[in-house]
Amino acid sequence: MPKMKDRIEQLKKEFSESLAAVAGEEALEALRVAYLGKKGRIADLMKDLRDVEDKKSAGQWINEFKTLAESEIARVSAEQKDAAIKAQIRGAKKLNPTLIAERELGSYHPITLCTKDLEEIFMGMGFTIEDYSEIVGDYECFEALNIPKHHPARDMQDTYYLDNGQLLKTHTSAAQNAIMKKYGAPLRAIFPGRCFRNESTDACHENTFFQMEGMMIDENISISNLIYFMKTMLSQVFKRDIKVRLRPGFFPFVEPGFELDINCLICGGEGCPSCKNSGWLELCPCGMIHPNVLRDGGIDTEKYTGFAFGLGLTRLAMMRYGVKDIRDFNSGSLKALSQFKSL
Amino acid sequence: MFLSMNWIGDFVDFSGLDKKSLIKNFTLSTAEVEDIIVKGEDTYGVIVARIESIENHPNSKKLHLLKVNTGKDVIDVVCGAPNVREGMKVALATVGGSVCGHPISEATIAGYPSFGMCCSEAELGISDDNSGIWDITDDIALGTDIKSVYPIDDIIFEVDNKSLTNRPDLWSHYGMAREFATLTGRELKAPAMQCVKEYESLPPVDVKVKDGELCLRYTAIKVENVQRKVSPVDMRIRLYYCGSRAINFLADLTNYVMLELGQPMHAFDCAKVNKIEVQTFADPFVFRTLDGTDRNMDDKMLMITSGDEPVAVAGIMGGDASKIEDDTSSLLLESATFDGVSIRKTSTRLGLRTDASMRYEKMLDPELCPVATKRLLALLLSLDEGARVISSFTDCYMKHYPEITLSFDKKYVDRYTGIDISVAEIKKTLTALGFGLTEKDGNFTVTVPSWRATKDVTLKADIIEEITRIYGYDNFEVKPSVSPLAPKLPEKAKAEENRIKDLLVKGYRMHEVHSYIWSDLAKNKALGIETPENVRVINAQTPDHQYLRVSMIPTLLSFAKENRSYGDAFSIFEIGHTVEGLREDGKCNEQKKLGAILFSRKESEEAVFLRARDAIVELCEDILHKSPVFLPAEPVFGFEHPRNCYTITVADTVIGYLSVPYPTVKEAIDKKAAIAFFEINTNTFSAVSAGIVKYEEPSRFPAIEMDMTFVCKIGEVNFDALKAAAKAATDAPLTSVSVQDIYEGDGEKSATLTLRFAFSASDRTLTKQELSPAMDAIAEAYAAFGLAAQA
Repeated sequence: MPKMKDRIEQLKKEFSESLAAVAGEEALEALRVAYLGKKGRIADLMKDLRDVEDKKSAGQWINEFKTLAESEIARVSAEQKDAAIKAQIRGAKKLNPTLIAERELGSYHPITLCTKDLEEIFMGMGFTIEDYSEIVGDYECFEALNIPKHHPARDMQDTYYLDNGQLLKTHTSAAQNAIMKKYGAPLRAIFPGRCFRNESTDACHENTFFQMEGMMIDENISISNLIYFMKTMLSQVFKRDIKVRLRPGFFPFVEPGFELDINCLICGGEGCPSCKNSGWLELCPCGMIHPNVLRDGGIDTEKYTGFAFGLGLTRLAMMRYGVKDIRDFNSGSLKALSQFKSL
Repeated sequence: MFLSMNWIGDFVDFSGLDKKSLIKNFTLSTAEVEDIIVKGEDTYGVIVARIESIENHPNSKKLHLLKVNTGKDVIDVVCGAPNVREGMKVALATVGGSVCGHPISEATIAGYPSFGMCCSEAELGISDDNSGIWDITDDIALGTDIKSVYPIDDIIFEVDNKSLTNRPDLWSHYGMAREFATLTGRELKAPAMQCVKEYESLPPVDVKVKDGELCLRYTAIKVENVQRKVSPVDMRIRLYYCGSRAINFLADLTNYVMLELGQPMHAFDCAKVNKIEVQTFADPFVFRTLDGTDRNMDDKMLMITSGDEPVAVAGIMGGDASKIEDDTSSLLLESATFDGVSIRKTSTRLGLRTDASMRYEKMLDPELCPVATKRLLALLLSLDEGARVISSFTDCYMKHYPEITLSFDKKYVDRYTGIDISVAEIKKTLTALGFGLTEKDGNFTVTVPSWRATKDVTLKADIIEEITRIYGYDNFEVKPSVSPLAPKLPEKAKAEENRIKDLLVKGYRMHEVHSYIWSDLAKNKALGIETPENVRVINAQTPDHQYLRVSMIPTLLSFAKENRSYGDAFSIFEIGHTVEGLREDGKCNEQKKLGAILFSRKESEEAVFLRARDAIVELCEDILHKSPVFLPAEPVFGFEHPRNCYTITVADTVIGYLSVPYPTVKEAIDKKAAIAFFEINTNTFSAVSAGIVKYEEPSRFPAIEMDMTFVCKIGEVNFDALKAAAKAATDAPLTSVSVQDIYEGDGEKSATLTLRFAFSASDRTLTKQELSPAMDAIAEAYAAFGLAAQA
């Protein structure tokens, strides 16, 4: 029945032409309704099928046309959506990560950063971290440290005295006595703190600065252990292998007392201006705790020995961050201090 | 202190040893050497020559044309020195030579050729005398190299006085020589000394020590007919190299012996001081010391007197009236020991530190007195043949230091050192250092030598230092301790302090600062903040810093002002110590506090204030798991705002306050900025026990939210109280009360406040209808707060 076949062919042709000309989602939907809708042209064909003799063939042709129309419309619809997204992308606002940010991070004081770092190292080595007051008595600061009245060692430290007879602690060693009494032996403790010396300030001197004192007391603690410990600890602090050297140094609260030098961090020991060509940097005093100091702290000196050391936290922070003027630390200047962002 | 290796070499044979490396070893074993100065290295080609004739320079009033005999020939030298003389022997720097680094070459001076330079002592670096050329009086053949007859070549090293405070014996070349002898294992040679026994039959010096506590020993001897005025060149060079200045023969001798043996000596002119008393005076008086200064003396200062006439401040400085003059020929020689503490106090009070007082302060060995006298006599008598001793050696020994004997065993040494230093090594070291020693089966008994027994070596532990420093710390085998390691957790307060910092830095972008424990009066004044009187620093560097701080806030306010150019908005905090007067026991009431200040030119005061509030809430809830309560309070400090000051309370404990600045203070900081601050006592904060975090099963049923609107004054509403009242008003499962909206159309006087109440049951979905009575109950409860619910 050529008539039906011709109609289908004609409709196919018209459909193709309309589809090619279709613009926009709405037009496509109108085309879909016109052909595939309940009252669309394909439905019309189906209706006319009853007048056709070779219903089987005609039905097949109509179904083929329907399938074709459906898939073509789906294809164009997908193309349309894709084009729309592409257009949306082209039209999207361009974002700029380099835009100068207003967001500002907070900052830690460099002394806090150094202290935390050291505290973690010492905690790992079994040390208790102790806090202590900044105002102490003559006993804690001097007497209990084997520095009796009129001892020339008191000349070394210009002390701020208060009108109630107390004083601002001149060194963290002032906590030694109290900590020995608090814990007894064996003992492993560090105590960072603010110290005060009555001197005029300049780029290298401050009247208010930080130290960290450490003590280790046990049976059979020896000079050999002290050297080992200081080397291990300082290698951790500086995050590299450090060479240490001990020289005799006089501090009334240790016997023997030492000045500990480390190989110069800048030249590595070759000799440079920072180490006055010696290859060594004087870093911290240390020594075996004086028997009088142990005794005053209630420790049995026949049974126990121990060592103590004092790290200049402020000096360490200066070395670590390359701070040239010590006064920056207490200046409150955010131009300086806001640079110390995080741990 | 400067030390000469030549001088030390008088007592230790350094032959075959490198002196510079010995000095470096000294740093590692005894005390730090600050500097090594090689003398004479850059001086060469200088010979002894004689001026044969002098002609005035035709073109100059000052210059002379000299014919100088070098021993080989006679050369022309142009010289500008005023003291040239025919027949004078001079130090001639020859062409090709060098004087302290200045090369000598042929030169034409004002038109006349010169083939060398006649040197002054200063030019040669052997004294500071530059008044004329060196007039050599010793009998030396012409042409002799000057360095072969005079000790111009030397190695000088400097040791910081501070590092020798505990070692009175090292304030001398002889004491240093003992260290070098021990370090090199070589013999220590004694200096030449004059025996004083032969003077026993002579009359004694009249010496009376009235204060035997402050003067431990006083020895004296008289000498007459001293003719020599100028010290020998080698002695002058040594004195100069060691930082002393040649004065005259007698003064030089006492200085020389002091530098050699460490014993200060004083020579009185016998014509002026014929007898000695050592005493203090009850009444103050003025005394002129030999430097020409009048000094106020008091009853604590020990004096040397002749009769009752003060002639010297004991151990510090002689008097002007009795000093040795150039024509002095007879002298009374003092060699004494005074109490170190007394000397130090007198020296401090007078503001006068001398080479003698520095040594006495260190507690000198009284045994040194006769040694020094004998040494001085040996030098004097050998250098001035006419000099004659005219008294016996008079010795008033008032107070002996006890002899110190210490016993210990090898095990003690091993325990302390952690290594095995042999018995032989221990014996060798201690013996070389002058300790008396007996040893049997590793048990030692040592006697401390008198020069170490005044305070330095008193305990077994002191002996350990002697053994180990000579053994060398570089030679130690290093070993870990055997005690077990037990990692520790930080203390609660310490850990919380770190968390506070983390939270403020990370969560609120604050900057941590440090300041000072005292108030700054000047800075406070600039902000119109009154500084409260508090515990005072007696010796503050400026009166502005005399009071300790009571609060952290004033400094932070100053910092805010100083950082205005840093940015439009910033926040800073400090954790530090404050002092709130004295406790009952008279000690400072020291507290640890967190102070924080928020500054913004971009936000309203309310926004900044609420951000500060948020930080406090977060600190409490994060660290303590408890919510703070804010209650209006009267300001404690003048810098707080009277209307906007709130205490912060956690678990019924007041931990601090939150406020904004007093208007004038804010104006003084920045007119355009909004500022808020808070201060929390971290001791109190950490004392609050942390709440337990409890888990509640979340309801699977949706919550019902119901709003209610009120007319009120926002600033006066206590939202904490409203929350509590809502919960108390009803049994309905109220889960939260939140602010839905605030409308302040007509200023803060009549705002409308919309609150949202959320209810949620764990077993079913609630209906608005069944919650209606609960809402009514809440409205009724709120009416009591003066909040009228709107329809």
